Amino acid sequence: MATGTEPDTSAAGDRSARGVHHATRAAIPARHLRRDRWWLQPAATAAGLLAFIVYSTWRAFAGSDYYAAPYVSPFYSPCLAENCADMPGGADWEIVGSWWALSPALLVLIFPLGFRLTCYYYRKAYYRGFWASPPACAVPEPHAKYSGESRFPLVLQNIHRYFFYFAVLVAGVLTYDAALGFRDENGAWGHMGLGTLVMLANIALIWAYTLSCHSCRHIVGGRLRTFSKHPVRYRMWTWVSVLNARHMQLAWASLVSVAVADLYVYLVASGAFDDPRFF
Amino acid sequence: MSYQARFKVWRGDADGGGLVDYEVTVNEGEVVLDIIHRLQATAAPDMAVRWNCKAGKCGSCSAEINGRPRLMCMTRMSVFDPAETITVTPMRAFPVVRDLVTDVSYNYAKAREVPSFVPPAHLKPGEYRMHQEDVGRVQEFRKCIECFLCQDTCHVVRDHEENKTAFAGPRFLMRVAELDMHPLDAAAEEGLDRRRGAREDHGLGYCNITKCCSEVCPEHIKITDNALIPLKERVVDRSYDPLVWLGNKIRRRGAEHAP
Repeated sequence: MATGTEPDTSAAGDRSARGVHHATRAAIPARHLRRDRWWLQPAATAAGLLAFIVYSTWRAFAGSDYYAAPYVSPFYSPCLAENCADMPGGADWEIVGSWWALSPALLVLIFPLGFRLTCYYYRKAYYRGFWASPPACAVPEPHAKYSGESRFPLVLQNIHRYFFYFAVLVAGVLTYDAALGFRDENGAWGHMGLGTLVMLANIALIWAYTLSCHSCRHIVGGRLRTFSKHPVRYRMWTWVSVLNARHMQLAWASLVSVAVADLYVYLVASGAFDDPRFF
Repeated sequence: MSYQARFKVWRGDADGGGLVDYEVTVNEGEVVLDIIHRLQATAAPDMAVRWNCKAGKCGSCSAEINGRPRLMCMTRMSVFDPAETITVTPMRAFPVVRDLVTDVSYNYAKAREVPSFVPPAHLKPGEYRMHQEDVGRVQEFRKCIECFLCQDTCHVVRDHEENKTAFAGPRFLMRVAELDMHPLDAAAEEGLDRRRGAREDHGLGYCNITKCCSEVCPEHIKITDNALIPLKERVVDRSYDPLVWLGNKIRRRGAEHAP
């Protein structure tokens, strides 16, 4: 050996193998040498996302206990099927006819689900947490081949901005729902309960997450080359950029707030809990 | 306060090698590169290491410390437990030359593939005037010291040698983004489509935005959020926007039927 040292190479692996064991690279048998708890973040991410998937699947298919006047679960708004609960003054539009027999949540959840599924933060989260591509930095992925988002089906991640447009519409409807929280169960304005606060916190976080989206940042100004010719869009871009730097935190906070808002409505609608009324 | 630290340093070359154990004195305030230099001065005078400024600005002393891609000169010994054995290896995404030195020519090849800045035809050198808000974004990318830690940690090439042909890596996709955002770059006027190039020539689609490049950047450049994702969005404008596609189709048909 050129260096004249005598290292122990008896444990060397197959040097014709791929990745870090490729023949030209330093002969190190271990796939990685990280000693910190690199697995904690992907494991926690996967656990958090799985918990939400289980909860939201149960609630989306349940088709009941999603309306407790004046509160409607964010999973069921806007309610587009004829089999929706009667929501006086609410986003109960019955666009889809009576042929729809499944839960009305399934008609609308596709949009926020698509928005989060193609979100640049969630992509990172589930590529790392569920697909181990990679599980952590400098920890090899287990896959023999990799084409990333250059081919079908992952090339479809590029439609994120269209889900963003739908997400803005859905957030608009949820804003309306939150405003309706200031009516009492009979439709009279001037009411506020704990549920009103839950709805307000949820919609604030949903707007913050939606507006912090990378596609939003691009659309409002990022696509420009000369900000100086578009001072208003530049100002909007700087605001969205501030939010964008917190996109991960907002993604989690809004995911939790949506689940909490739904759970709150479920508890009130099912009679397990009475909405405390402030006025 | 000084103490004796245990190190494992990879020694070898392209023909083979392995981790060699060393015990070495560590003094207060030292960084990993100081320890490597002490090993050169004592137990391993023939140990190869690439270094230059010892100030985190030249990007020469990139290596992997306890399995994490880092600059040796910017990794303080005080972050480690004195009882811990510290492992130092060369970057594992590039061919090894000797000991801690790797052949990073892949990066220079990829750098040459990025078409350089196209000067605007109507301006002479010295006449360039740009507003700060127009260049603020790309100034962040200019902080790059070309240590290639982002290239080293990117799983697209680290775990898949075969992707090195198609994928330029985060550092050079950031260069494409920098030029595409440059207020005076006249590439489009010369018929050069940087966005199409990002997708077709530099393999932007391979990036799955898992942000390891940003995590390891010693200059704390937000490579993914500020360069790669904005570049992906610009490519969406060009290649995946059905309205733009329809517009181009209609324009092309119009041009074909023009007298």
